[in-house]
Amino acid sequence: MALTRAEMDHLALLARIGLTDEEKDRMASQLGDILQHMERLNQLSTEHIPPTAQVIEATNVLREDEVRSGLTREQVLSNAPRAEDPFIRVLPILE
Amino acid sequence: MSLAALTVHEAAKLLAGGEISSVELTTAALERIEQLDARVKAYVTLTPELALEQARAADAARAGGEGAGQPLLGVPVALKDVLVTEGVRTTCSSRILESYVPVYDGTAVARLRSRGAVFLGKTNCDEFAMGSSTENSGFFPTHNPWDLDTVPGGSSGGSAAAVAADECIYSLGTDTGGSIRQPAALCGVTGIKPTYGRISRFGLVAFASSLDQIGPFTKDAEDAALVLNALCGRDVMDSTSVGRPVPDFAAALTGDLAGVRVGVPSEYFAAGLEPGVEAAVREALKVLERAGAVVDECSLPSTDYALDTYYIIAPAEASANLARFDGVRYGFSKEASDVWGEYNATREAGFGAEVKRRIILGTYVLSAGYYDAYYLKAQKVRTLIKQEFDAAFERFDVLVAPTSPSVAFRIGEKTNDPLAMYLSDVLTIPVNMAGLPGMSIPCGLSDGLPVGLQIIGRAFDEETVLRVGHCYQQQTDFHRQRPAL
Repeated sequence: MALTRAEMDHLALLARIGLTDEEKDRMASQLGDILQHMERLNQLSTEHIPPTAQVIEATNVLREDEVRSGLTREQVLSNAPRAEDPFIRVLPILE
Repeated sequence: MSLAALTVHEAAKLLAGGEISSVELTTAALERIEQLDARVKAYVTLTPELALEQARAADAARAGGEGAGQPLLGVPVALKDVLVTEGVRTTCSSRILESYVPVYDGTAVARLRSRGAVFLGKTNCDEFAMGSSTENSGFFPTHNPWDLDTVPGGSSGGSAAAVAADECIYSLGTDTGGSIRQPAALCGVTGIKPTYGRISRFGLVAFASSLDQIGPFTKDAEDAALVLNALCGRDVMDSTSVGRPVPDFAAALTGDLAGVRVGVPSEYFAAGLEPGVEAAVREALKVLERAGAVVDECSLPSTDYALDTYYIIAPAEASANLARFDGVRYGFSKEASDVWGEYNATREAGFGAEVKRRIILGTYVLSAGYYDAYYLKAQKVRTLIKQEFDAAFERFDVLVAPTSPSVAFRIGEKTNDPLAMYLSDVLTIPVNMAGLPGMSIPCGLSDGLPVGLQIIGRAFDEETVLRVGHCYQQQTDFHRQRPAL
């Protein structure tokens, strides 16, 4: 079943992606098909199965907290669309 | 025949013997690109000046006595455009990174550079590696060298096509749900995804971090071993890279399969498998048997659920990873009257349809009220899939199956039906869910198009996978077949 327009509006807001009305309608129907296909997972009993988030055994990989050389400020700013050395200009986030 | 048709091991021998120079080899590859790439469209960015400079440096190093035990010195490679390269534009085939020029090399790239590789350019892929046909590239589709009206597979379609068309000696790709193995199958080349953790992901633009792996496309299994020798190993910049000892993979290529137990998972031969694909794979199993392998059927019952699991987990991880593309620090930026409007406008104009679809899908399965039903459920099914592989590997050393249920499909055939496109990865995805090594090698033609044989190994046992692939290639010459371009 296709997602509703309200659901699509909410998801677009959460993901911070502008979508046209046409994109929302098309995607709502495609996601409905995909989610319906996923209902098949409920055929499997997983009550006592632990979740797997990743497959390697490592946990909490630590290293010495040592000073190492990193990128220069020029390098870091080199790809910013609105760099004004030594800053990146952005719009206000607080009124 | 162009020098660009050589394998890595053939080229290394000729270079070591002084019979060819790296400049000659590189020039041959660049000429091949010049002749063919207007039709194949494997490359997004070409770097001929850099390549020739690296080739001259490699020739000079060799003249100075270097080169022993360095099979990659002076050998030209193509890099998937999700691997960051210092000073060379890295786009992920996305408008949002169209003008992004990294200031550092990713670890895999740095390892090749330090071994004297020659960088020909960056290859096309599905945008941010999301897709199965390379049609989701933000720039243009790549064409399969075997039939230019068909897709090369994806997402690493450019890297696979470049090897198939001899527009490089080898290439690097990445595999999150099959993006090395499926295009290797569809383009008739060798492609291996090593175990999760074998190769550092530092400098690989993240798609789904618990699944992404880098690996090579080559012209045979021996080359795959040589390239893995250079790429594998622990890296402090990636805490998920594993500190296990890295063997000499080339030493595993014994040429025989005496006593190797091969499992054939029946679920991989289910409905939807093209008869021509099944026939070629069944024939290949007989070749393995004649070479000494013990072949028997087995079952991986959750196979059918892996696809759904993947399309929950991978978009969930992607929706978080791609949050970084906000138009502030790098990449395309679209101005608006307020900061939220800028994010919305930048991401609306910068991302293509499939990337938007996956970000929205990932956002949905992680959102309040749906997390347990989708994301947690998928993680539990992921455990089941892994447990079934573990059980199978108590009986078998490798599992062998088709790589893709079909040969290359026509450009445009599946672009309007995302679910149909997703189904083309149904036989490669389970391997990523379990983090296992998997390789695809050519095992024949169906309707004139290549069929891929998938060889799946235990975690960190690339050696047996390569041994099986190499032995098969000693018995057959499908890997030597080339498209008539």
